[in-house]
Amino acid sequence: MSETQKNTPAPQPSTWAKIAGGNIGLSIGAVLASFILGGLLIAATDPATQKAASYFFARPTDTLVAGWTAATEAYMALFQGAFYNPAGRSFAQQIRPITETLTVATPLIFAGLAVALSFRAGLFNIGAQGQVILGALVSGWVAINAGLPAAATIPLIILGGIIGGGIWGGIIGLLKAKTGAHEVILSIMMNYIAANLLVYLLKTPLLQREGSSNPISEQLGADAVYPLLLGNPFRLHLGFIIALLAVLFVSWLLNRSTLGFRLRAVGANPNAATTAGISVSNSYIIVMAISGALAGLAGSAQVAGTEKVISTGIAGSLGFDAITVALLGRSTPWGTFWAALLFGAFRAGGVTMQVSTGTDIDIVLVLQALIVLFIAAPPLVRAIFRLPNPQGVPHKKSARKSKKAQEA
Amino acid sequence: MTLTAESSSSAPAQAKNWKNPVIYTVLALLSTFLIGLRAPATTISLGVADQVSWLDLDPLQISPVAYGWTASLIMLALAGYALYATQTGRPIGRWLAPTFWFFFATGLLTWALGSTSNPSLSLVSLLNGAVLLSIPMIFGSMGGLLCERSGIVNIAIEGQLLLGAFSAALVGSMTKNPWLGLLAAMAGGLLVSALLALFSIKYLVDQVIVGVVVNVLVSGLTGFLFARVLEPNASVLNSAPRLPAFEIPVLSQIPVLGPVLFNQNVLVYLMYLVVGLIWFALNKTRWGLRTRAVGEHPKAADTLGVKVNRLRAGNVLLAGAVAGMGGAFFTLVSVSSFNSDMTAGQGYIALAALIFGRWTPIGALSAALLFGFSLNLQYVLSILGTSVPTELLAMMPYLVTIFAVAGLVGRSRGPAAVGTAYVKE
Repeated sequence: MSETQKNTPAPQPSTWAKIAGGNIGLSIGAVLASFILGGLLIAATDPATQKAASYFFARPTDTLVAGWTAATEAYMALFQGAFYNPAGRSFAQQIRPITETLTVATPLIFAGLAVALSFRAGLFNIGAQGQVILGALVSGWVAINAGLPAAATIPLIILGGIIGGGIWGGIIGLLKAKTGAHEVILSIMMNYIAANLLVYLLKTPLLQREGSSNPISEQLGADAVYPLLLGNPFRLHLGFIIALLAVLFVSWLLNRSTLGFRLRAVGANPNAATTAGISVSNSYIIVMAISGALAGLAGSAQVAGTEKVISTGIAGSLGFDAITVALLGRSTPWGTFWAALLFGAFRAGGVTMQVSTGTDIDIVLVLQALIVLFIAAPPLVRAIFRLPNPQGVPHKKSARKSKKAQEA
Repeated sequence: MTLTAESSSSAPAQAKNWKNPVIYTVLALLSTFLIGLRAPATTISLGVADQVSWLDLDPLQISPVAYGWTASLIMLALAGYALYATQTGRPIGRWLAPTFWFFFATGLLTWALGSTSNPSLSLVSLLNGAVLLSIPMIFGSMGGLLCERSGIVNIAIEGQLLLGAFSAALVGSMTKNPWLGLLAAMAGGLLVSALLALFSIKYLVDQVIVGVVVNVLVSGLTGFLFARVLEPNASVLNSAPRLPAFEIPVLSQIPVLGPVLFNQNVLVYLMYLVVGLIWFALNKTRWGLRTRAVGEHPKAADTLGVKVNRLRAGNVLLAGAVAGMGGAFFTLVSVSSFNSDMTAGQGYIALAALIFGRWTPIGALSAALLFGFSLNLQYVLSILGTSVPTELLAMMPYLVTIFAVAGLVGRSRGPAAVGTAYVKE
């Protein structure tokens, strides 16, 4: 690391430490503050509220009631779309939202784990997007061309995702380890290369659907898709089980294995890790390859589970959503799991919200970003909700005061 | 955390460095097979005297076969010389690299143009379009430069461009005045910067994380407001008047360069001004010296009485205003309405241009122009009906950037203190 960093006088707790060191109150505060801000935004852009605001000084309650109605209706629709639909005619229709949430959360779990794992080794893998695409490309290609029974095809699809994403992530780790180039820049560039590669390959005979002029692949055959877990009306597929296994694997890797210990040591302090005889370069390559493989599995789940076809939008905005998931999950495997479920619920509920109340689904992005920003800056949330500062997280004024106290 | 190479891996000076000669040889051989052996047998008609009234030249007629072979042979010769010089321990002249890359690029260009179904175009419009398209990337990279030279990573360029584009469209449409739209674009970029400064300087959140999250926030916010407010009232809120384009007399009559540089949109002229000012301010003023000092060694600067965090905050805000001007390109120059996520990752390319340009104004400008050229080339080639896949061309800037940061095309080193928050003891 650079010289200045060695000389930096008072080591600040890293963002990770801050995120991990926060308490439940902070998390709730962050979510609450985000929902309030989001609600204000929904209310302010609501046509009925704007109408009522034109005579605000005559009858201010009208504006407030209309705004309140707009925001709560949107959030109710979000909730119903994400968890439970009381208006459903059958039991299956009533619980369908929660299965949708799990389906949407599945690739988020994989990609979130990918980002979280790299965070723990001190790397910022913005490249999950590219790794998801490569995973989707390789496993999609395998699924279309395997021509084997399902029992043989599905493991191959999973392997394809691991290899595709692993190589794409491994390249970043290799370049970082061998040349010292920064992984953030490398991974952003690899994302764009992957996105262009996807469109290019979807226009070549290798993947393009026969007779189509659009960049889209053949539909996956019945033997080449993940089996459904709950039967036909529900989309929840095998990918969710694999995602659970991945959470267990990463949990074991980080907390129980020698490799995980090394990765965490490198993440905590690369200089100390070197002194202790840990090869930092090798750790970077390995962690980026594993991280890429996890992201690649998100691509497999998208292709073989949810979409059943390779299209240009196969990765959506998974890569960037994964960063917010990992940040909210405090870079722990189970934290990431629950964060992915929450953001999966946002996504699934957002669709219902948009259809039934006309509130655009992009509000979900705003909520996600606000939650992460608030969680990353505990003093701000404490200031908003007047929460106590438990152990003096170095706040400028208090730090100065304590210093004066020491001098006195 | 530095955004570039760490200085640990510098090779001893005496060792023979085979890296560049080998790269040259491989590229020369590859291009011989492609642009020499597989050159299309057509003739390219390249207009060079367009829009210059006093000059009357016929379009140049170029044979891709002849030029492909010429360029390939020259490249092979240069690669051979580089190998010979390295073997015998002679220094390779500084002229070699630019000459090689010139023939490589023009050879490839001739080949790509020859592969179109109707290879007839104007050099002036090709370059003119390239300059215009690179506007957001140039402003964006200048915004990045102002931040990073003072030690703050600016991943939020994308968000600054996007909010700039959004507010330009909104205010421009409401006031029917593109100049107010431009001001609003600067304010939009400034707002994003304010968030970046608040979280990275006051709350000491990791700068890269703030940048990424702020981008998500801006993308969501503008997308939401677009769908909910702008789109339903498009005629009032989302149809901005364009910024004017005009010709600068005399200068615009210089052959080729005149119409390319001096018959442009007013935002291009503003860009010349901004880049010039930043170059001057960074290298010749007290503010510039302090900015560079704070970016390299904040503690030393602090010891000498520079208010590190105040200077950084000021620079971040200024950077937002500059990048926001680039955002105005999308809604006041390119088209006249906003659309969700219309910046399409150009903020990240601007960041790449900054790094590829080694954190200097002129370098970043050149890199952004190069990326703009490759962007325009994609459009031109697809209009001319090319058989070369445009996606592969689109990859080029990113590949080049990877090569640049990995040190394969010269090493790119950023300000030493970039990315680390400064806490006064």
